[in-house]
Amino acid sequence: MSPLPEGWEMVVGLEVHTELKTETKLFCGCANAFGAEPNTNICPVCLGLPGSLPVLNERAVEFAMRIGTALHCVIQASSFHRKNYFYPDMPKDYQISQYDVPINGPGFLDLPDGSRVSIERAHLEEDTGKTTHIGGTGRIHGSDESLVDYNRSGVPLVEIVSGPDIRSAEQARAYAAELRAILIATGASDGRMEEGSMRVDANVSVRTGPDAPFGTRCEIKNLNSLRSLQRAVEYEAIRQIELLEDGGTVSQETRHWDEDAGKTQTMRSKEEAYDYRYFPEPDLVPVVPSAEQVEQIRTTLAPMPAERRARLIDQLGGAPTPAQLDQLMAAVEINLDGFITAAIDAGVTPAIALARTANELAGLGDGVANLPVDDYVALLKLEDAGELSATQSKTVLADLVAAGGGDPASIAKAKGFEKLDDSSLDATLDEIIVANPDEWQRYVDGDDKLTGFFTGKVMAATKGQADGKAVNAALRQRRG
Amino acid sequence: MSETPAPLSEADVRHVAKLARLSLNDEEVARFTEQLRTVLGHAADVESLDLEGIEPTNHPLEIVNVLRADVVAPSLDRTEVLAQAPSVVDDRFSVPKIVGDAP
Amino acid sequence: MKALDIAAQVASKERSAREVLDETFAAIDARDTEIHAFLSLQHDRAYATAASIDERIARGEPVGPLAGVPLGLKDNLCQRGETTGCASKILEGWRPPYSATAVTKIEDAGVVIVGKTNMDEFAMGSSTENSAYGPTRNPHDTSRVPGGSSGGSAASVAASMVPLALGTDTGGSIRQPAALCGVVGVKPTYGLVSRYGMIAFASSLDQIGPFANDVADAAALLEVLSGHDPMDSTSLDQPPVSLLAQLDAGVAGMKVGLCSELLAGATEEVASAVRLAGATLEAAGAEIIEVSIPELALGLSAYYLIAPAEASSNLARYDGVRYGVRVDADDVTAMNTATRTAGFGDEVKRRIMLGTYALSAGYYDAYYGQAQRVRTLIISAFARAYEKVDVLLGATTPTTAFPIGDKVGDPMAMYQSDICTIPTNLAGHPALSVPFANDASNLPIGIQLLGPALSEQKLFQAARVVEEGATK
Repeated sequence: MSPLPEGWEMVVGLEVHTELKTETKLFCGCANAFGAEPNTNICPVCLGLPGSLPVLNERAVEFAMRIGTALHCVIQASSFHRKNYFYPDMPKDYQISQYDVPINGPGFLDLPDGSRVSIERAHLEEDTGKTTHIGGTGRIHGSDESLVDYNRSGVPLVEIVSGPDIRSAEQARAYAAELRAILIATGASDGRMEEGSMRVDANVSVRTGPDAPFGTRCEIKNLNSLRSLQRAVEYEAIRQIELLEDGGTVSQETRHWDEDAGKTQTMRSKEEAYDYRYFPEPDLVPVVPSAEQVEQIRTTLAPMPAERRARLIDQLGGAPTPAQLDQLMAAVEINLDGFITAAIDAGVTPAIALARTANELAGLGDGVANLPVDDYVALLKLEDAGELSATQSKTVLADLVAAGGGDPASIAKAKGFEKLDDSSLDATLDEIIVANPDEWQRYVDGDDKLTGFFTGKVMAATKGQADGKAVNAALRQRRG
Repeated sequence: MSETPAPLSEADVRHVAKLARLSLNDEEVARFTEQLRTVLGHAADVESLDLEGIEPTNHPLEIVNVLRADVVAPSLDRTEVLAQAPSVVDDRFSVPKIVGDAP
Repeated sequence: MKALDIAAQVASKERSAREVLDETFAAIDARDTEIHAFLSLQHDRAYATAASIDERIARGEPVGPLAGVPLGLKDNLCQRGETTGCASKILEGWRPPYSATAVTKIEDAGVVIVGKTNMDEFAMGSSTENSAYGPTRNPHDTSRVPGGSSGGSAASVAASMVPLALGTDTGGSIRQPAALCGVVGVKPTYGLVSRYGMIAFASSLDQIGPFANDVADAAALLEVLSGHDPMDSTSLDQPPVSLLAQLDAGVAGMKVGLCSELLAGATEEVASAVRLAGATLEAAGAEIIEVSIPELALGLSAYYLIAPAEASSNLARYDGVRYGVRVDADDVTAMNTATRTAGFGDEVKRRIMLGTYALSAGYYDAYYGQAQRVRTLIISAFARAYEKVDVLLGATTPTTAFPIGDKVGDPMAMYQSDICTIPTNLAGHPALSVPFANDASNLPIGIQLLGPALSEQKLFQAARVVEEGATK
């Protein structure tokens, strides 16, 4: 990460759109489902057929309020507005959104590094359909025609707008990561940037110092990962600084992040400051949450990432190593910390609980969500007691996740995993030393790099049953 | 007291026609400008009123909280819908090329 | 041609639904080439419905309260599988994949829909001259307009083609044609009848309502139409209204406000008819009180800012992408523009542009914002009036039917036709027009009764008395 040129500061605000995990769309009973055959989840309402009318999904309202609560927002009575513009993915050629009175007013988000980013608002709105472009490169430019699928049209979104408080690309990434973890924790969203259920746009400008007036900002779109977000924000800030230092001016525009080229590109034919002609949506009535509802949501909100990190740090004795801190933060970010906590509570060594979760479980895909915590804890207890080696434990874990649970002991037994006793290990090591005299001599002479060579041989010979630490200890002991 | 807006001009009419995806020839611009100016002239009795402190009415009713349970209902038959579409390719609505992203 | 009589005859097997339909289509054949009330007819479907009604009656199974009664459906009401086009080229040939709730309700009641009636394009107009398919003619004098925008529905009943019709009313589009055609027309309380499936013109003003030859028939139809609909968020949480049971309760002790603003601009004959209607009510025991509600005069201007604004947004969806007509072009924006330019008539374009302007940046507060405040003023003014009176009485429209072609060149003159009806829509209140007298040229005059929200019972009771005293 290169620092900005001397005398410059970046000012960044992020707009995040998240799809809500409701069963149905925001204004109709069509299924809110990913990946269905084109134009099969449509009805007069989400297709905007003449005569259709919207009716608000109560669960979407509840989810929006959960998000607002998690972000310390003011939950308020709100109403809907129409945002008018023409685009083929918009069945009514207006979007029903919220304008001057959103359901969630100002709030804030505290980042792990202790900095605070203000939240201006988090409101409800409907999603658009999806277009694919035919001909040319598959991008809009150069295509001959476009095809529209309205399955996604009307899916509920919450748009979260931060204040222009972010001052570095790292902080931008940290904000997006923390917000994603919060959204997942509320149960309202699944936070998948690559799939598009969470979308981040960045507003970037630069100025010469904290008291200088804000510069002209550009909106950056097409950020499909946290990494892209960080790279794009950094690129854009530098681009603007170089432009200004050369005597140019920054035009207010929307720019596309080009991942391959590593640059933001201006978008052609952009109508500047489009007039959306917002007016109150006459087909919907206001939403007025009761004090009881607001309180109920507040008291039943699941623990948020910050609280869960604090709990894990506490379970680790209050002073985690930097590596452990990284592991526990990563686990919280992807909502797997519940496994760690349960394991530690059941007496599993914290290091194993952390490692197995942050390293192995994290890499086993979506199936982990269906893994019963008790089965996981049982497995770790076997490993902790020395019944299974680390390698064996990882293998059984993969099976457990694939099967959606099971009895770890039975799985281990079925695989023939048994603890390798010391005499078998000694005998195996004897054979290997005899078979590899030159390497053994080099090891004895001090070439520690050969530890891996011998460990690998032992593992192969015992079909993974040996315990890595025991092998290491045996090797060192033999060397003297 | 609200400020009286400038009278509607031909440029205004061309602008709103564009916003509304309508194309007008010169004769139409001139004719519509005159007709709309007359209507807006009559509306002057409204926009010149001092209505400070009066809340706008967005709905004649005073209903709030009309909500629907999050339960899936049957969708439309795709065939019936696509049969009414001007142009269909691969079960999707086809349109001529889109120039530019959404505003 | 009374709907309730027909329903009784069909239910008692005195006539079959099929016979009624034969007469209906014969009447349409005889007169509609000249009148042009209908844009399309549904012979096959209607006969199938009639046959099923006759079969159920023969088997002693229950049928709805209006079983076998033929009806004309305004072309902006969605009927699954039938062309529904709002008399516009842009929706030519569109067959909705669903029916409006109101349509489903009348079908469940046994009504036999015979065809779609003509209207001003997208309900924008007061004479049905803005139809893309030619005007409808007033059955009383075919050189004159039937009123609008529900001119086809009004004329179909007035010409005795059908005993019932459905229309929609946004600024007077049921009541004004009812008055000009000499039939009963009702705009219910906003939210009493579901708007689901009614092709929107101005969402906060639109309502579906009945046309009939007499008050009792109109009441019967409104009973069927009304009641809460979960598909419409602006639908009142009310059960269907009961009107027939108390229809003859009379007006003893009812306070009727004769409203001077609702006589403004009225011809002498129209004003005189209104006063006579007042006298009729008085003779039946009502108290006539002269009232003035000056705020009502602001209604026209507020309406011609609010309605086009909402319409400009409601009509954006007609872009050639998903249904209706498409005029091809190289890119989608050019296609949208070419389609809408070719597909919309002048009045629709005018209102879309006016509405777009009223909402646009820099003008919103002065136009749309102000108009919505005027709306608040009018609602409060009505509320104050209804503290003193139960219902209001006035003209439905200032004149009788004017000649075809008379006002098309002058939009403002056309808009004046709605000055007596518009305030009701702005307030969301109910109102109806009852035919009362004819002018010297034998053209019908209707008088208007207005009431606060959900006062339909009182309005119908008063209308019934007026109808009995009518001098036509």
